[in-house]
Amino acid sequence: MKKIIILSLIFIFYSNISHSLIKVDITRGNLDPLPVAISPLHVDVKSENIEDLKVKELGEKISEIVEKNFRSTGLFNPLEKDAFVQKPDIAHLKPRFEDWRLIKAQALVTGKILVKDGKLKVEFRLWDLTASKEILALAFTTTPSNWRRVAHIISDKIYERLTGESGYFDTRIIYVAENGPKTNRIKKLAIMDQDGANTKYLTLGNELVLTPRFNQSNQLVTYLSYFRNLPRVYLLDIETGIQEVVGNFPGMTFAPRFSPDGKKIIMSFAKDGNSDIYTMNLDTREVEKITEHSSIDTSPSYSPDGKYICFNSDRSGLQQIYVMKSDGSNVKRISFGKGLYGTPVWSPRGDLIAFTKVSKGRFYIGVMRPDGTGERLLTENFYQEAPSWSPNGRVLIFYRETKSGPKGKGFSAKLWSIDITGYNERKIRTETDASDPSWSSLLSN
Amino acid sequence: MTKSLIYSIIFHSLMVLLTVLTLPFMIRQPIDLPPIVSVELIQISDKTNIPYAPKARKVIEKVKKEEKRVVSEQAPPSAKAKEKPDRIPMPEEEKEEKKLVKKKQNQEEIKPEIRQSSEFEKKEIINTNEIAALIDKAKEEKALKETTKSELTQSSVKNSFATGLTLSEEDALRAQIFSCWSVPLGLPYDNNLLVRIKLQLKKDGTILKSEILDHERMNKPGQSFYKILAESALRAVRICQPLKVPPTGYNNWKDIQLNFDPTEMLRG
Repeated sequence: MKKIIILSLIFIFYSNISHSLIKVDITRGNLDPLPVAISPLHVDVKSENIEDLKVKELGEKISEIVEKNFRSTGLFNPLEKDAFVQKPDIAHLKPRFEDWRLIKAQALVTGKILVKDGKLKVEFRLWDLTASKEILALAFTTTPSNWRRVAHIISDKIYERLTGESGYFDTRIIYVAENGPKTNRIKKLAIMDQDGANTKYLTLGNELVLTPRFNQSNQLVTYLSYFRNLPRVYLLDIETGIQEVVGNFPGMTFAPRFSPDGKKIIMSFAKDGNSDIYTMNLDTREVEKITEHSSIDTSPSYSPDGKYICFNSDRSGLQQIYVMKSDGSNVKRISFGKGLYGTPVWSPRGDLIAFTKVSKGRFYIGVMRPDGTGERLLTENFYQEAPSWSPNGRVLIFYRETKSGPKGKGFSAKLWSIDITGYNERKIRTETDASDPSWSSLLSN
Repeated sequence: MTKSLIYSIIFHSLMVLLTVLTLPFMIRQPIDLPPIVSVELIQISDKTNIPYAPKARKVIEKVKKEEKRVVSEQAPPSAKAKEKPDRIPMPEEEKEEKKLVKKKQNQEEIKPEIRQSSEFEKKEIINTNEIAALIDKAKEEKALKETTKSELTQSSVKNSFATGLTLSEEDALRAQIFSCWSVPLGLPYDNNLLVRIKLQLKKDGTILKSEILDHERMNKPGQSFYKILAESALRAVRICQPLKVPPTGYNNWKDIQLNFDPTEMLRG
């Protein structure tokens, strides 16, 4: 009896082994950009003609913008159109997957345009070429003059479907446009699309303007302006162009910023010779003191949930970054590295805080977790500061100044962007010199 | 009578157990349904263009006439597309680099007695003691190599015994998939994002059937990251096929499970 049981057990043991599944752990992959084919959008022959807009070229133009957006991320590699194997109209109906795979594309974007009754209808599809199936299909209707925005929205939707996080293409950047010699700069507020198109100036340049910041709805901008050498905090409605003075503040005032719910402005200003952090309720105009310390506390920024505030302070002797609750309690130092830390900005994802660091005369843009761990310096230069987050928390925009020669010659200030991985550093072209950028949230939300 | 009944029960239950464990058709394969794709119609607001500041309009138009308009586009991507990223190395990375340089230097410091000599130099070697010493050394090295080889074989057997692939075969397969897998870098690193894919392979390494083991998670709300990762993993195995599999032992590796875990890469 015993023998039978033992033999049976041995048999079970061996039969299990012979059929045990081979398991292989894959913990690494490549970081090469994903090869994507973006076919020009097919323009329907029934489309009407519209003044000031070449409808026939619209399909090509939209696909070019999508391509540029994708290339700028560093995560995608849009393939050359010369290698495309199918006409746009046929590809949009049913792509020949095996042919597209031959040109090493892993995803394909196709689309169709129709202009009818003064409306632009754009339809697009995203195809997974390895799985030979459609993975996204959307259609938009809008006024034809909005065609650039449609291209950005298409880019956002594809980006989201392929990476898992929301895009940042249908957004705007507000910044300070600068002109003239370094000693006598004319500074105007300017706004443009994230790709540098559609630049518009919002102020005349007769007053010094600083640190513009969007609110969550992208409708309002708060900024600092010096009128007769007195700092004033303004609110500007970018749709109507109406400006409003929120208040005159004594002494040095810095970087007003909206709370996540848009009901308050947080800033720092000097009162009785001491800089502290204050909030102002936009409905009641009541000012509340948040920090109470003999040191200089500046650059406050809310966490996305509005529960915490990060700021910089020299209360430890050197300028470092601190985090506190939004009522000013529980102040905790989070940066401990050598050098000075400033301009902390909380990521919209809430997982990181971006900052400027000055060490041994060089300027760094870096990120760290809200508890101060995982500090990473992303880029280093002669002078750079004021990082601002893209709405998905993946890219930082900041400005960089060059060394000026004698009499301020050769000086320039430009906007740059960098991925939080430290890859894909890019110069963003602006019509003039630029500083103090602020990235809006997604317009299509 | 009771004894034989007990024997019969034990024997039959063993047989049932064996059948469940060994016959693959007893395990029902879940159906891999394609995700439902919907077409969403979105109306974009007509009023989206920002007007110029009323006062600024005239001045801007005047300035625009005077100045030539600078083309405003993003920096051309081709200039930096394949450049080495301009990232600041962390102190640890610097240390690693230093170590690497040192290694190279050491390689150059080869002791004269083990330096390989050319055919001409060999002719000049006349010291028989040195030759004997060299022979002895060669023997020692050979013995050492054999020991290492036998150790390797033992571990390979051990791995083969456990998984059906030797270590080197498993490494080759892993390396092949590494090169095909484009990790979606937008994924959060703090979520549990392990994707397990079961593959049924043909003898030539092409894929007969692929199945995501936790496929029901793909269509759950709030699991979009998992779906993206699973799709990228499936793309990787499809691009990589035929997979590098051993020429023999098909029954051992015809079913294989790949566990895709991007956490290490996403943490950076």
